[in-house]
Amino acid sequence: MLNYFSSDYFFSHILSFSIWVPVLAGIAVLFTSNDNKPDTTRWVALIGGLAAFLVTIPLYTHFNFADGGFQFQEGFNWIPAFHINYHLGADGIAIPLILLTSFTTVIVIISAWEVIEKRVAQYMASFLIMSGLMIGVFSALDAILYYVFWEAMLIPMFLIIGIWGGPNRVYATIKFFLYTLLGSLLMLVAFIYLYMNTNSFEIIDFYNYQMPLNVQVLIFLAFFAAFAVKIPMWPVHTWLPDAHVEAPTGGSVVLAAIALKLGGYSFLRFAMPIAPDAAHYLSGFMITLSLIAIVYIALVALVQKDMKKLIAYSSISHMGFVTLGFFIFNNLGLEGAIVQMVSHGFISAAMFLCVGVLYDRVHSREIKSYGGVANTMPIFAAFAVLFAMANSGLPGTSGFVGEFMVILGAIQENFWYAFLASFTLIFGAAYTLWMVKRVFYGEIANAKVAALKDLCQREFLILAILAVLVLALGIYPQPLTDMTNATVTQLLSHLMQSKLPVGLPSGL
Amino acid sequence: MENIRYDLITALPEIVIVCMAMFILLADLFLKPANRIAIYLLAQVTLLVAAYITFTTHVPSVSYAFTNTFVDDAMSDVLKLMIYLGTSLIFVYSRQYLQQRDMYRGEFYALTLFSVVGMMIMVSGQSMLTLYIGLELLSLSLYALVALDRDNAKATEAAMKYFVLGALASGMLLYGMSMIYGMTGSLNIAEISGALVGADKLHSVLILGLVFIVSGLAFKLGAVPFQMWVPDVYEGSPTAMTMLISSVPKLAAFAFVIRLLVQALPSLAIDWQQMLMFMAVLSIIIGNITAIAQTNLKRMLAYSTISHVGFMMYGLMSASTNGFVYAMFYIVSYVLMTLAGFGMILLLSRKGFEADKLDDLKGLNQRSPWHAFLMLIVMFSMAGVPPTLGFYAKFSVLQAALQAGYLWLVVFAVLMAVIGAFYYLRVIKMMYFDDPVDRNPIEAPMDMRIVLGINSLALLVIGLMPEKLMELCIYAITRSLS
Repeated sequence: MLNYFSSDYFFSHILSFSIWVPVLAGIAVLFTSNDNKPDTTRWVALIGGLAAFLVTIPLYTHFNFADGGFQFQEGFNWIPAFHINYHLGADGIAIPLILLTSFTTVIVIISAWEVIEKRVAQYMASFLIMSGLMIGVFSALDAILYYVFWEAMLIPMFLIIGIWGGPNRVYATIKFFLYTLLGSLLMLVAFIYLYMNTNSFEIIDFYNYQMPLNVQVLIFLAFFAAFAVKIPMWPVHTWLPDAHVEAPTGGSVVLAAIALKLGGYSFLRFAMPIAPDAAHYLSGFMITLSLIAIVYIALVALVQKDMKKLIAYSSISHMGFVTLGFFIFNNLGLEGAIVQMVSHGFISAAMFLCVGVLYDRVHSREIKSYGGVANTMPIFAAFAVLFAMANSGLPGTSGFVGEFMVILGAIQENFWYAFLASFTLIFGAAYTLWMVKRVFYGEIANAKVAALKDLCQREFLILAILAVLVLALGIYPQPLTDMTNATVTQLLSHLMQSKLPVGLPSGL
Repeated sequence: MENIRYDLITALPEIVIVCMAMFILLADLFLKPANRIAIYLLAQVTLLVAAYITFTTHVPSVSYAFTNTFVDDAMSDVLKLMIYLGTSLIFVYSRQYLQQRDMYRGEFYALTLFSVVGMMIMVSGQSMLTLYIGLELLSLSLYALVALDRDNAKATEAAMKYFVLGALASGMLLYGMSMIYGMTGSLNIAEISGALVGADKLHSVLILGLVFIVSGLAFKLGAVPFQMWVPDVYEGSPTAMTMLISSVPKLAAFAFVIRLLVQALPSLAIDWQQMLMFMAVLSIIIGNITAIAQTNLKRMLAYSTISHVGFMMYGLMSASTNGFVYAMFYIVSYVLMTLAGFGMILLLSRKGFEADKLDDLKGLNQRSPWHAFLMLIVMFSMAGVPPTLGFYAKFSVLQAALQAGYLWLVVFAVLMAVIGAFYYLRVIKMMYFDDPVDRNPIEAPMDMRIVLGINSLALLVIGLMPEKLMELCIYAITRSLS
């Protein structure tokens, strides 16, 4: 007889709990929907979010650091007719992202506290449900289960941007949805193709399946269509600035902090290990796209007039580092990319929250509506400058660690990759600090800025937590790298083995 | 004597429904309008009794009746049960609508039951003649139903169009059947397929007959290039009739295709595969692209139906047992989605207000979050987004097509699905992102609200656990085609 309340049951189903606690909490929040008494809703949502976060903590405390494989595995036969399993498991790459997800959800709920006034229950529920679904993406070990989470996640995001977004929200949200859907459907075709050959949707079976290079290239490109859009890589990035600008603050935070990581994570989980030879074959192409994102998009960010757009472009540029780190195929680069993903999760969340703080007061995202904010909001300005420094990769902040590791890794591969990539340290500093200068320093620009009030306790709390994390990760990234180390080593050794069938011509 | 008794027992559900339909027609004359509820209940009970008989007399083996013109196999029983279920839902959803429009009469229930019998005969036909009779019984009842509201010019026009084009399709079908009969000397499905084994498959009369049969079928299914009647009839008919036309008869049409193409003409598979392939691709293109331009919800759903038929044909054209299973799964899912979609239109309509414009859905989330959520599930299911039922429907037919080697057609269908997603998303956009135009409270009887809720949530629940429905389809097809 299974005891459903024993700790054994909990620990053997911890990933299920991580996924379904926030989803159920979201559904519970929907039942409290009463816009006249939004405080009940908010508290229910916060308790749900905190519970969901606490549930994921043991993923760190009970993690076996020496094991590079999938831990916390669980599963059952879900749809035997298609050999689809409900199979969950997480490795050293997935777990930091899972923790990041559940943590960010709490931040989002707090940040929306007084800001969202219409349809509070639906707003909170969307974020909670989405958080569960994203954790599902990070922990699914069955391709269709993964796909279901991946697609289902679009639904709450679609609603979040569409209901609570800015003036041009409908265009932005439909563009976001269709862009992502197109990519993912091609990925689905690749899954079905692999299923036909392996008779299984298990990711592990996909890893062991050998394919000639031309097939691998097609499979890789199908995955590329799905993941490159999500990351997003140049030139399929155009949905992101639109979505970010129109999304409410919470939506931007989740998009930047987590949704983009889904694409990066999926490259490591699917595209590269399933088609390693194609990944090597196309690495030049991928690196080129990454470098274009790093350099060109940084220049684009420089000329933005809208703060959210600027941060959106900065996200694309930073995600270029992530893909660069992946495709130089060495330990340092790969680990740096993962650190960069987590660090960008904190920094971009913080940056968007900062814009949110200003937007809630002045209702403008234009840089030129501001000036001299530091005079009226000194505490806020301190935080904002810290996050801006982190965003431009100042040593001591988390932004530095990832970028530095990737650049070091790139030098081992090719000096010019590193040379071009390090331009970001200049451009990144330029666009971020220039924005900070125009918004925070100088004379007080107008009456609205003069009337600004500094951070309230709630805002102070979330920014302080993020600031601590940004600094902690910057000064002492060891806990994170310890976690990813074994997995990265194992992944790299897999990537270095050719999966071409023996005895067959490998030419394209 | 023994034979006749056996025959009658095999066709007992059909006999029960025919008798009850006639009884309803008669009873209606003696009932006061205030007591019409009795007719409604009688119709529901009829379906229940028929379902009981079908369920209890079910055996996994195949049995023939009426000198091999009527077959009772797993597929026919499963599809019949689905037809009862669908019709019963239609009765629930349409009651208030009919009351408000003076169509709440015995004729509606009698004609619908007759059409149900027609579908059942189509599902169970083992001879081309039986199949044809079933089809005509269904079609004639539907023509009359569309025109039930005599003073409605639009509906009468729709009925006329439906009748003329439907009759043309029936003629083509019959012509094709006569050619096959001429070549094989038999009307019986099994004998035809036997006669064609080893025959000269390139014989032009055979191929010509096949072309006519496929065209007739495509007409009834509403596949491109025989889709012209669909949008007009959908838009013109009273919504309750549109719901009927667009839903359960597709189950019968599916069985019709299986009987005629798969069971009778497997030797010509290569030829009909090609025809289905062209129609499938064209249906998906025309259906999805034209739907974008629609402002009328019923018309939009008409084009959506066309594209769904195209997807269903992806399963059929694979010409494998798996393909047929998945096509059946698709058509069953389609019926559930369509019923929920039209059910929602009926729920939002009231006296003098049809709720059939896209704009009528605006701001539904503010008027009733619950119903907006249900419609959201229906739309995402139609678009094929997981975790809804529609995803597994698309997933499975695409898988069948990929297995049959149609890689590029699958990629193409996937691209078209993205275009299709746009107009479903637009409905959601209207419900969630726009402010309501119409602020009247939603009035609907409790039974309808509950059933519609279950129907829509079923799309989500079956989407999370599609195994049972899939097993049912596997059971139905493998038992019947072996």
